[in-house]
Amino acid sequence: MTQQSMTMAKALNEGLRRAMEKDRKVLLMGEDIGKLGGVFRITDGLQKDFGEDRVIDAPLAESAIVGTSVGLAIRGYRTVVEIQFDGFVYPAFDQIVSQVAKLHKRSAGVYTMGLVIRLPFQGGIGAIEHHSESPEAYFVHTAGLRVVVCSTPNDAYWMIQQSVEHDDPIIFCEPKSRYWEKGEVDLDNPPYGLFDAVVRRPGTDVTVVAWGSMVKTALRAADVAAEEGVSLEVIDARSLSPLDLDTIATSVEKTGRLVVVQEAPPTASVGSEIVAAVTERCFYSLRAPGTRVSAYHVPYPPSRIEDAYRPSVDRVMDAIDRVMGYDQ
Amino acid sequence: MISDELVQLLTPEGERVSHPEYRSELGRDEILGFYRDMVIVRRLCNESTSLQRQGQLALWAPLQGQEAAQIGAGRALAPMDFSFPSYREHGVAWTRGVPPRDMLRIFRATTTGGWDPQQYRHSLPMVVLGDQTLHAVGYAMGIQRDGAEEAVMTFFGDGASSQGDVLESFVWAASFNAPVVFVLQNNQWAISEPTSLQTKIPLYHRAHGFGFPGVRVDGNDVLAMYEVAKRALDNARAGGGPTLIEAYTYRMGAHTTSDDPTRYRVDAEVEVWRHRDPIERVKALLAREFGVHKVTFDEVAAEAEQLALQLREDVLAMDAPDPTMMFDHVYAESHPLVEAGRREMIELGISGGH
Repeated sequence: MTQQSMTMAKALNEGLRRAMEKDRKVLLMGEDIGKLGGVFRITDGLQKDFGEDRVIDAPLAESAIVGTSVGLAIRGYRTVVEIQFDGFVYPAFDQIVSQVAKLHKRSAGVYTMGLVIRLPFQGGIGAIEHHSESPEAYFVHTAGLRVVVCSTPNDAYWMIQQSVEHDDPIIFCEPKSRYWEKGEVDLDNPPYGLFDAVVRRPGTDVTVVAWGSMVKTALRAADVAAEEGVSLEVIDARSLSPLDLDTIATSVEKTGRLVVVQEAPPTASVGSEIVAAVTERCFYSLRAPGTRVSAYHVPYPPSRIEDAYRPSVDRVMDAIDRVMGYDQ
Repeated sequence: MISDELVQLLTPEGERVSHPEYRSELGRDEILGFYRDMVIVRRLCNESTSLQRQGQLALWAPLQGQEAAQIGAGRALAPMDFSFPSYREHGVAWTRGVPPRDMLRIFRATTTGGWDPQQYRHSLPMVVLGDQTLHAVGYAMGIQRDGAEEAVMTFFGDGASSQGDVLESFVWAASFNAPVVFVLQNNQWAISEPTSLQTKIPLYHRAHGFGFPGVRVDGNDVLAMYEVAKRALDNARAGGGPTLIEAYTYRMGAHTTSDDPTRYRVDAEVEVWRHRDPIERVKALLAREFGVHKVTFDEVAAEAEQLALQLREDVLAMDAPDPTMMFDHVYAESHPLVEAGRREMIELGISGGH
């Protein structure tokens, strides 16, 4: 087994490189992804090695980046699109939900929409506005799309390759606050299927589901809870569409309690969906109501106060106390 | 107003006119072929309007008045070229070989598609205005990467010319020198809004601002449309980049069968355009220059009639699909929510076709 320690940013870079080496139909397109290597350097060096025809610096128009990738897909190419920041994806929203999501259906399977839309998302990096949002629910809501989130370098390396190879369109969410953290990457074998949820820490009292940046927050909460004698089972959802409800339900049937931690606001969120689905499926196993720990229903705040907006270990612990309190 | 900047090779009276850059050298058979195309698509369109009025279609978007723009452009395409239509391009679909019954499936509301777009190299109708122009440019970028000598043509209207996606597609086409021909059918009306609301300059002038040529053509002159489109496609295939063709034409009918044009435009305007009919001028040319007899025109009319009857028969035979078809092809690979929906529908015996 070849293991290498690298950051998530480097793991994505290496994963993209490998995907491009494997299939000459794989292209990259985005703003500043060529010479600059992207504002987060995820595509660093790739244009130099694969050329301007395969690593395409795009004019600054997100709808066109996605719309032309649709045309390239019809021609048989697989474009990995980089949306520079989460808050810039909305100009492309129409192309994503009306075209990318529907053309496989409309063409009765003739058009393969095998494109990957990379979305650096979530906050925690002290950015100015429109650079820290969590728009995953918009895409999870849309049939025809799949939505996945990496939270470790190993997942980043493998999930980006699995996404490129997959024939459905994938919104690939990257927690930008985790880009620079190092982890071990297994260069030989993918650890899991692309759409599998994973138990990151086994426990017995409360199932905590998180994705992206919040996985680490949940794991830190599990450390704190353990000191207080409460055992958290932390699940990294990894795939938000489809959701791996089997893994989550199996855990909840054991623990009897569910807390979902997300950086997105609560209303009609992925957290709402997980709580509703688990309630329908595990009603008699639940010892407390499924509970969401979310951001607030306000626009992303100025980042000097973002730590009060994003779920913290304290807020997760508050929810843990509440769900544990129903037995008393 | 038709300006003198317009490329025209055949007057509304069927007289040839010379143009410094374009000339038509087509013979009798080709021109008769255009005539046949136009007569047939108009007749099929009328039949479709009737079918809608009789409750057999959910909606119809008639093309009357735009036959020359669509047939001229469509016939200029080479077999390996690819076209991306909006929702009124029944004439272009006809030139690509799409069976008329397949064009009507989406309007019969039995599908959201209708044909195999790779088989006919003609994409599916696009109802969100202008989205297809970006697909066309992306496809053209694929052609460049394949090193193929092919071109793409995409169709949109004066209304869609205000859409951001169309303008972005102009930027992309210019920046990447993409082999794409934009055919803007300016039919003067975007439902109730006149072209003057969309633009303060002739629409074809916009191309110059983006860095590629724009040409305004008499969109009711099939010979001019064909020659201008053919040259633009040849230029694109040879690496010359994009062209915008503004087909200056008129929507003789309603926007769709849900529209009432008497609320926003006057009959006198429609009458002016009736005298610029795209079919009559070709008929006059064929009769005078090539001695085509009435019997030939009658044969074309009879063929169109037969196709219309066949279309009616085909449409009436299109039943609502099995509702479980809604779960087919949503994803290329299995998705649990889709499969759960399918199972529920089957288990509960849910129907719902009408």
